[in-house]
Amino acid sequence: MPVLRTEGITRSFDGKTIIKDISLELGRGELVSLLGVSGGGKTTLFNVIAGLLKPDAGTVLLNGEDITGRPGMVSYMLQKDLLLPYRTIVDNVALPLLIRGVPKREARSQAAACFAQFGLEGTEKKYPAQLSGGMKQRAALLRTYLFSGEVALLDEPFSALDMLTKGAIHEWYLGVMEQIQLSTLFVTHDIDEAILLSDRIYLLTGRPGRITREIVIGEPKPRRKDFNLSEQFLAYKKQIIQCISQ
Amino acid sequence: MKRKLQSITSKLWSVSAIALILAVWQAVSSLGLVDSFMLPPPLQVARAFVSEFPLLMGHTVITLEEAFIGLALGIALGFAMSVLMDRFEILYRAFYPVVILTQTIPTVAIAPLLVLWFGYEMMPKVVLIVITTFFPITVGLLNGYRSADPDAIDLLRAMGAGKGQIFRYIKLPGAMGQFFSGVRISASYAVVGAVISEWLGGFGGLGVYMTRVKNAFSFDKMFAVILLISVISLLLMRAVELLQRLCMPWESSRRREE
Repeated sequence: MPVLRTEGITRSFDGKTIIKDISLELGRGELVSLLGVSGGGKTTLFNVIAGLLKPDAGTVLLNGEDITGRPGMVSYMLQKDLLLPYRTIVDNVALPLLIRGVPKREARSQAAACFAQFGLEGTEKKYPAQLSGGMKQRAALLRTYLFSGEVALLDEPFSALDMLTKGAIHEWYLGVMEQIQLSTLFVTHDIDEAILLSDRIYLLTGRPGRITREIVIGEPKPRRKDFNLSEQFLAYKKQIIQCISQ
Repeated sequence: MKRKLQSITSKLWSVSAIALILAVWQAVSSLGLVDSFMLPPPLQVARAFVSEFPLLMGHTVITLEEAFIGLALGIALGFAMSVLMDRFEILYRAFYPVVILTQTIPTVAIAPLLVLWFGYEMMPKVVLIVITTFFPITVGLLNGYRSADPDAIDLLRAMGAGKGQIFRYIKLPGAMGQFFSGVRISASYAVVGAVISEWLGGFGGLGVYMTRVKNAFSFDKMFAVILLISVISLLLMRAVELLQRLCMPWESSRRREE
């Protein structure tokens, strides 16, 4: 059974349909990307799955249970790291635990226990302004993970990073995901990133946005170092570009 | 290092300007251009300050007591109003104009009325100070709450946070900077408010002292007490700044990083 499933999600704003009839599945430990142009309704879909928006039609299922319109069930990470400048890194990361009602001391120690795994050791007592962009993104990911260790929605989380930092954090993220058995639904408009990270890719195109194609990336994980320079990679890229431009 | 040097040079200019003004003032009196009875020279003011020091301190205690009680109540009221006005949009719409209106009432006009209503004791002073100090606090906090990043609020909502938690983790800490700016202004209002209402009726305090030396035409003592009030206001504002640094450690860590 898939961890997360949506069935026929439709949502409009001011009479304009933004996304129509979106059905998708996310298996345990899988990384699935939603690829599409900016403004194509990806963020609307994520807001629905996260429970921030109610869909006009359709349901969201987590482990078979209907969670439509219920926030706090799947974790959500936005484009900006959104670390609160007035909280230390450990207190930022522990925030989802505090909101769930875990006592402060316990939340801190639970959060601190994960720092090494996320490559954040030594940053516990620092403030976000003292960290580099890549480190902030790691901290935001750890916060996302502590929010729900099951399903993470990532909305273009690496788009603000430079190319080199991005490459390093991709590799790191795949490693961490495998260790913690996290299932990820990933929004991006970067085709290379989608092919590199995903097990499957959904193409979200048109207005209103619909899922027009599902592409399985057959390359085994962990991916070889030069996968992004290989023939297969280019073939996937070509296929995607053709589908999008149709 | 460079910044330290800069701050010294920038202070150098303001210190020189003050020294120049004092020198001109002293010269004007010493050369007999202005009657030293009407405008006592700085040195005479300093002598008056020293000789009156014990008496001044006695009055200062009274004034500060009123200022602190008034300021504390003003901050409490300002905070409570901001919380309610943030929580209930109707209250915001209903009372924001009223809050603004209270600020257009001239202090000197309302102070005598307060004396008539509440007598010559502590009460009318504290009421006047509360009226003048809650405003910068309420407005500062409300602006702070409203400047919260909507994405950060969404993130917390996605985590399942309720309104109270969003207030506690996002809005309130985000408004701390504006809150302290408000407190800094309110602190100086509080001292001035206390002095004005003592002036209009009371048994002790720097305002009462002022009316007495004015009636005795002791202008050197008058200047001495003006000087003292300025010093007190500056020290209070400085104390608020230190408190702010203590309460907002992330600000100084950011500055160090830059």
